[in-house]
Amino acid sequence: MDKFAEAFGYLFSLDRELVQIIGVTLKMSFFSTLISCLLGFPMGAAIAAKKFKGRRTAKRILSTLTGLPPVVAGLIVYMLFTRYGPFGSLNVLFTVKAMVIAQVILITPIVASLSSAVIEGNCRTIRETAIGMGLDGKKTFALYLTENRTALFSVLLTAFGRSIAEVGAVSIVGGNIQWKTRVMTTAIMLETNKGNFSFALALGIILLIIALIINIGASLISGEEPCDD
Amino acid sequence: MKRTLALVLSIVLALAMVFSLAACGETADTAKTPENPVIRMSTTTSVNDSGLLPYLLPVFEAETGYTVEVQSAGTGAAIQKAVDGNADLILVHAKASEEEFIAGGYGVERLSFMYNYFVIVGPQGDPAGIADCANAAEAFAKIAESGSSFISRGDDSGTHKAELKIWGDNAPNPETDTWYVSAGQGMGACLTMASEQNAYCLTDKATFLAMENKGDLAILLAEGDDMKNTYSVIACNPETLDGLNTEGAQALIDWLLGEEASKLIAEYGVEEYGEPLFYLIED
Repeated sequence: MDKFAEAFGYLFSLDRELVQIIGVTLKMSFFSTLISCLLGFPMGAAIAAKKFKGRRTAKRILSTLTGLPPVVAGLIVYMLFTRYGPFGSLNVLFTVKAMVIAQVILITPIVASLSSAVIEGNCRTIRETAIGMGLDGKKTFALYLTENRTALFSVLLTAFGRSIAEVGAVSIVGGNIQWKTRVMTTAIMLETNKGNFSFALALGIILLIIALIINIGASLISGEEPCDD
Repeated sequence: MKRTLALVLSIVLALAMVFSLAACGETADTAKTPENPVIRMSTTTSVNDSGLLPYLLPVFEAETGYTVEVQSAGTGAAIQKAVDGNADLILVHAKASEEEFIAGGYGVERLSFMYNYFVIVGPQGDPAGIADCANAAEAFAKIAESGSSFISRGDDSGTHKAELKIWGDNAPNPETDTWYVSAGQGMGACLTMASEQNAYCLTDKATFLAMENKGDLAILLAEGDDMKNTYSVIACNPETLDGLNTEGAQALIDWLLGEEASKLIAEYGVEEYGEPLFYLIED
């Protein structure tokens, strides 16, 4: 129990290192989520609503990729950015950028898959409305996204949750470097490896509290209402 | 389409059943099984990842009928698992922590039985010029002076503790000394990082030699009075901890300290690397 007190003591005394770790975690998760959604939403909408060759195959591939093990995503990025790899000269390995790239590979298929399922549910109605309003293709496409914004927002939160909780990929490409690429999950792993099990658990609880605060903030913004009112 | 799918699924299912049955069969027929056949050993990554335990333990298991379940982690976690009652014996390499473990009443006796050397590896060009240093402390001072990158385990492991001991009062601050990278990862991951970033690193020799992809890394300093790495085995104390397999732990310790294991340890690595990876402590 004293280890718990110690961990929360760190948090409330705003221990510089813990604050820095939380900062890196939020920065990484913010960019991973943002980029994954920017790529994944249009992909999902296209797969749900557009007629194109290989649509079914694309759908299969995407849903398969939702099962991509984080460690494999990490390895792919590692192989790309290793010193003698194709992009080795960019010096991206063991930086937050590398962690974001690995997470985007991991999370984009999840965003695309989930959002295509959302849009499939009502894309016919939306298209008829769009035809009625005389909208062009681009505007119709935008309508698929804006009309589903509440559901897509929860897809975004899923992406964020995945990103903030992920450890396999970020430890490979980030390296868990203190004051640089250490995030909450890799810090938890490190404390576990040190044998500081209760401290590690306390860090896990802090991570959950952060996620809770973000979710509360998000629900305030989205202002979701029950339909039974 | 549906039919082929069903066929494929049923084949996969059948195969899974066959394999699980085969696995059951294996555990069922150990002839001379001791009463409590499972020994839980908590150990550091260096003895396991270097292949030493996978090489020794099958011999012990075949002779005695025991099954040794090896959990490998950094020394800190390895000891903590034993404190929590999840191991029958430990095999680690951090003297101070071992003595603390025994003083806390968790271990019976510290039996040091083998050693090897830590080595300093780094880029072949040796930018800090450490190859001629007399010991690790001198080499570390040169690395610090030249500001060459250095990867530290930073994970409270035996190797990390040995590294901190060598730095002594001159330990760098990972926040301000950007050349000093505290990675918080296992030996293999740190060596990979050192190879990526042309950095120096303190490692046990066995793990480095067993590493597949060394890149530009080479052993630059191999022997110094401050680089000895002693491994000890400690049986957990049945007076403090419940549910231990004390008999099994003792059997394994006796075997490890015995003649046959000594011979095997002394031979380990000679064929592959031209030198032994571990040396016996003669008493």
